[in-house]
Amino acid sequence: MADDTGPAGPTYLDAASSEPLHPAAREALHAAADAVHADPRRGHRAGREARLVLDNARAATAQCLGVRPDEVTFTPSGTHAVHLGLLGLLRGRARVGGRLVVGAAEHSAVLNTARWHEDAGGEVVEVGVDRTGRVDADALVAAATQGPPTAAVALQSANHEVGTVQPVAEVARRLGDVPLLLDACASAGRLALPEGWTVAAASAHKWGGPAGIGVLLVRKGARWRAPYPVDDRAEERSTGFENVPAALAAAAALQAVVAERAETVTRQHALVARIRDAVARIPDVDVVGDPEERLPHLVTFSCLYLDGESLVTELDRLGFAVASGSACTSSVLEPSHVLAAMGALTHGNVRVSLTRATTEAEVERFLTALPEVVARLRAQAGIG
Amino acid sequence: MTPVDLVLDCRGLLCPVPVIRLAQRIAEVPAGGTVAVEADDVAAATDVPAWCRMRGHEYVGAVTAQDGTPSYVVRRVA
Repeated sequence: MADDTGPAGPTYLDAASSEPLHPAAREALHAAADAVHADPRRGHRAGREARLVLDNARAATAQCLGVRPDEVTFTPSGTHAVHLGLLGLLRGRARVGGRLVVGAAEHSAVLNTARWHEDAGGEVVEVGVDRTGRVDADALVAAATQGPPTAAVALQSANHEVGTVQPVAEVARRLGDVPLLLDACASAGRLALPEGWTVAAASAHKWGGPAGIGVLLVRKGARWRAPYPVDDRAEERSTGFENVPAALAAAAALQAVVAERAETVTRQHALVARIRDAVARIPDVDVVGDPEERLPHLVTFSCLYLDGESLVTELDRLGFAVASGSACTSSVLEPSHVLAAMGALTHGNVRVSLTRATTEAEVERFLTALPEVVARLRAQAGIG
Repeated sequence: MTPVDLVLDCRGLLCPVPVIRLAQRIAEVPAGGTVAVEADDVAAATDVPAWCRMRGHEYVGAVTAQDGTPSYVVRRVA
């Protein structure tokens, strides 16, 4: 196990990209990797054992997420779950209509699916967000309930870059019969799923499960139709031979994270509030996202006159791993569409996201280092 | 559109350089004067208005320079 009490080693502050594997997941992964090797659809003993493990993983995941076991499908990633979930909804509703309504700050997995839908002749309406990144609920509901019939709406539970929680339950209530795809990849395991969705997607490595496991949830009775070729497996939503040990490890991590959730959320929320407060005191820094209605573990800010890559590199040199939504030094990449949609400064951007093990001491070390890094890089840029 | 007081040619410059140029040279115009930042970097479309908000200046809007490059006009407030 990692020793969190020792002297300053590298401090990983990029849990929103991937949370370190939970010890419960590691244990389940090793045990299942040794015990399970057969194809879960075979009738022999080894196959039945694999099926049992997969069913257990499904049941545990369902219980943690508050759904029925037969609503859970393991996919190769959260992105794949989004693609499969959204395209399946659009296909299931093709006779009703061809309009897809999405928020402007959705993850690229949703926006790329929207482009795919447009290329196939469908219509996409992108709804703007406010300065905190929260979608305009009135505009979204209007787009989905007025004009040409809407096949589906896609909305995230919380924004993956700035943490702002979206008004999913309110939107879902006002949508009536129009189905909603919930992209819960940024929040699943950390926050309970909101009410009202028809299809949802999550990603295990963001809650401390292994990479390579996504979760697709399809409500019983939903008009969802497989958008890809269906193979002859027992369950039409799964694509190929499931990674059974990883599914079990994902479920074990989810159980552990949900059991620890109340304590983790309180602790992380307070640490992030501390970071928001301290960073806002650095001159010409914009702390973005909703200060309260947000993911507990994540904060994003932008520093005037700096490029994100230099900040990432310099902080990394000092032992802090952070992410950036800026694309300053590249002429091909566009800046973060989330920050642009919010009207937030896109350059000099840093996203800090805490792991379950991040300590107050690590946060304080980061907050000591950051102002010096910002001042030094600004001096180098000729501002100061 | 009335002529601006200062034009900054930021063609070919990547973010955050256009905003740095703007910050370094805004003082050359009097309060109430205007600066146009001509920049082809897409980030400028977001970052010039954001700079105005953070620094207390007025973002007038975007026009197009003769060669088609976006030109972001800022009014110095103080």
